Amino acid sequence: MTATSETSDTFATGSSTSPATAPRTARPLPRFVAPAAGIAVAVLLWWFATTVLVAPPNLLAAFAPQRALPALADLATSGVLLDDVLTSLRRLLGGLLLAALVGLAVGLTAGSFTTADDATRPVFGFLRMISPLSWAPVAIGLFGIGHRPVVFLVAAAAVWPVVMNTVAGVRSVEPGHVLAARSLGASRGEVLTSVVLPAIRPHVLTGLRLALGLAWVVLVPAEMLGVTSGLGYEILNSRDQLAYDKVMAVILVIGLLGYLLDALARRLLRPA
Amino acid sequence: MGTVALRLTGAEKAYGDRPVLAGLDLEVRRDERLVILGPSGSGKSTLLRVLAGLEPLDAGTVEQPDGAVRATVFQQPLLLPWLDVEANVRLGGRYRANRGRYSDERASELLELFGLAPLAKSRPAQLSGGQAQRVAIARAMAVGADVLLLDEPFSALDPATRIDLQAWLRDAATRLGLTLVLVTHDVDEALYLATTVTALDGTGGRAGTWPVGAAPEHDELATHPLRAELVASYRSQLAGTS
Repeated sequence: MTATSETSDTFATGSSTSPATAPRTARPLPRFVAPAAGIAVAVLLWWFATTVLVAPPNLLAAFAPQRALPALADLATSGVLLDDVLTSLRRLLGGLLLAALVGLAVGLTAGSFTTADDATRPVFGFLRMISPLSWAPVAIGLFGIGHRPVVFLVAAAAVWPVVMNTVAGVRSVEPGHVLAARSLGASRGEVLTSVVLPAIRPHVLTGLRLALGLAWVVLVPAEMLGVTSGLGYEILNSRDQLAYDKVMAVILVIGLLGYLLDALARRLLRPA
Repeated sequence: MGTVALRLTGAEKAYGDRPVLAGLDLEVRRDERLVILGPSGSGKSTLLRVLAGLEPLDAGTVEQPDGAVRATVFQQPLLLPWLDVEANVRLGGRYRANRGRYSDERASELLELFGLAPLAKSRPAQLSGGQAQRVAIARAMAVGADVLLLDEPFSALDPATRIDLQAWLRDAATRLGLTLVLVTHDVDEALYLATTVTALDGTGGRAGTWPVGAAPEHDELATHPLRAELVASYRSQLAGTS
């Protein structure tokens, strides 16, 4: 409770020009303190659950931080980790790219024509709620074993936020701006490039950011199906070797990479 | 008065069962300032959009016998908010239709001429209503338009700004040799800006056309000899449409 009020204090003095907002006796904490404390508590709980609560014959003990971190170092020095990370990122990017292209095209069409929107709404609403992993047998049947079904599953998850946000963007384009462009002689294509695309940019960026999060979450389980590389595969592989410390190490990497990707997306895909 | 810049022949347009234009003929002559007067719902905005080529007719034709270049200014400035003033004025230059008649030099000249040069790098959100509408007029003219079509361009502005912009527009049209077609519901605005006033009758036809003569000043409008006649035509239209 105190921590939150301290943080909001920091925000207030940091953003407002007049520093004379409600003087407090307690000096506000530096901004990094609360997040650092949160991380420390989480690690402590992790250690407590895997080390104090259980003893070595128990499977959970292998997941302890003091076991996972050396396993992480092992994976990193043997080169396996870098390979897996690069493979996973490549698939992620491929799936996202596919989702962005398809999502933008579908969204522009559905957003521009009321009939197309009406026709697609029930179908999209249905498809959107199917976990992309349900398509795994279809994807493997269609594309065989390898990168392609994984990319397909990632795209199947990531395409919906792009479609939905593009449709919302197109629908919110000011009709007067389109009229003004037409009155200056713009063709249909020129209206699209000079008015519609710049107007929907913030919506599309939001969609892509949501898509990235979804894609990352789907990527790992998708890599547990019929491929022999990538972070998802590495989790299964380590489990098969009964190397639970490695399982935990890969989970750490997945979380950390996801966090970094999201932070990067927030920075790069910021509207306006 | 010069040659015919725009000619509307037998124009018919209906929205559902309601006729908006019923066999209307209209000529816009070079260098005239034609003001089309009518209350809301009398079809004057539709007429302007038809003249601008933005709305198709059910029957009849719009011609530009001497190849006039049209551009339109609307009630709202409709500037693109993600572009600065200069880029907004240059918007038409991005369209293939204006190739050969648009130039960046002309756009810069217009900014200068309209007193907008100091605002060139401002965003539309930072402009006053009057400034924004001047940018919209510069944008329309930058595509090399010699016929400017204006749809109640000043009705969203406060009265003082409106009077300033009316004076500015009349002056600019005279200096630049522009042909204007402006629709309004404001009798005084019509008298001040027009060389010719045409009133619509509210049922898709024309109530009358009057030459205005010497351009009056704002303080002469209340006693202008044509005013009573225009107001009377306006009243009869209101009675006709209601």
